[in-house]
Amino acid sequence: MLIKENIALSENGFVFNPSTGDSFTMNNTGKEVIMMIKEGKDLNRITELMAEKYDVDRNTLERYLADFLNDLNVYNLLEEEK
Amino acid sequence: MSRRKVTVAVTGLNNIDSPGPGIPVIRGIRESADLDARIIGLAYEHLEPGIYMKDLVDKTYMIPYPAEGKDALFERLMEIHSKEALDIIIPNFDAELFSFIKLEKKLAEAGIKTYLPSIQQFEERNKSNLSAYGDKYGITVPRGTEVFSIQDMNNTLRSMNYPVMVKGKYYDAYTAHSFEQAASYFEKLTAKWGFPVIIQEYIRGTEVNIVALGDGEGNLIACVPMRKQYITDKGKAWGGITIDDDSLHQLARKIFSLTKWKGGMELELIRSSSNELYLIEINPRIPAWVYLAVGAGQNIPEALVKLTLGIDVKPFTRYDVGKMFVRYSYDMIVDLELFSRLTTTGEL
Repeated sequence: MLIKENIALSENGFVFNPSTGDSFTMNNTGKEVIMMIKEGKDLNRITELMAEKYDVDRNTLERYLADFLNDLNVYNLLEEEK
Repeated sequence: MSRRKVTVAVTGLNNIDSPGPGIPVIRGIRESADLDARIIGLAYEHLEPGIYMKDLVDKTYMIPYPAEGKDALFERLMEIHSKEALDIIIPNFDAELFSFIKLEKKLAEAGIKTYLPSIQQFEERNKSNLSAYGDKYGITVPRGTEVFSIQDMNNTLRSMNYPVMVKGKYYDAYTAHSFEQAASYFEKLTAKWGFPVIIQEYIRGTEVNIVALGDGEGNLIACVPMRKQYITDKGKAWGGITIDDDSLHQLARKIFSLTKWKGGMELELIRSSSNELYLIEINPRIPAWVYLAVGAGQNIPEALVKLTLGIDVKPFTRYDVGKMFVRYSYDMIVDLELFSRLTTTGEL
């Protein structure tokens, strides 16, 4: 799972896809997840870290993360799996 | 180094809600560090806003509508030339290009340079010839047919699914969801632009446009793709952003290399949901959003003037990605005296 190399992410959570011109604003948790993906962390590790940091049950967290990754994919921000 | 003096005549001063490219072209030329341009506006209507923008346009002359024919245009241009000693004319309307291309040689003999495609290049990219263009150059285009009557259109629509695009000969395009809608657009378009009307397959997806400049030898001198971010009810970009997509550059290079297009061009494309790139229209001139390219690092109007003057221009190699333009409207206050002088003498 990788964020496309050319995707620009600013400190305030603004994401710009230079290939399509699409831009998005992330809330803080979205930004954290994207940063972790950019750092090369896999889904299990991201789930662990988010579960440690936030008061959320595991099932809900996994569902939110799955939805979020699906959104990233739909909006063409993830590299296609080889 | 001193800047080269040049007198440039420019059309398309209609900086309105469906803007002509004249004013952004002039802004680009004015920003050149190498050119010291005197700008002569050529206008068809007395209320084209550019006429009154005195910081951009030094003098404006009225010229006859293309419908009056190329001889009337040439005669008027010679009158203007005798007063202004024009070096270059940059025509910016599709509807006038035919006349200017036909007059290219006579203008050159009179000492006025232009930088235009050939008639054959101009004709083959016509909206009504787009299917053949796609076949000839191996470019994906939507299915399209030209129609000359409502009956004709009815027959065409029987083999198509709605919605369809209904397009005018030169400008304007509407999405029709039924035959009744298509018929009303047909009437509207023929009243404004004449025949034929083009019926085109509707492609769902994201619209991206490219402004490009070719040297007539197959080289792409400038190329900036833009995604529309804010679109008016006339389908015009009121805001846009430069993007970086190599497939767009490849397509532009392919078109310019195969067609050896000379001059400015706008490619209108749609990236379908299945990621396929459709060429939906080729405009044979610089588009009104060209100032975005200038702001992003490719001063296309300046490059066009230099090429016209015979100055060597190296192809641009970069531009800023993520540079945006936001258009705005602005009210100028104009004294009646200026308007009356223009309407009575044909110049201002």
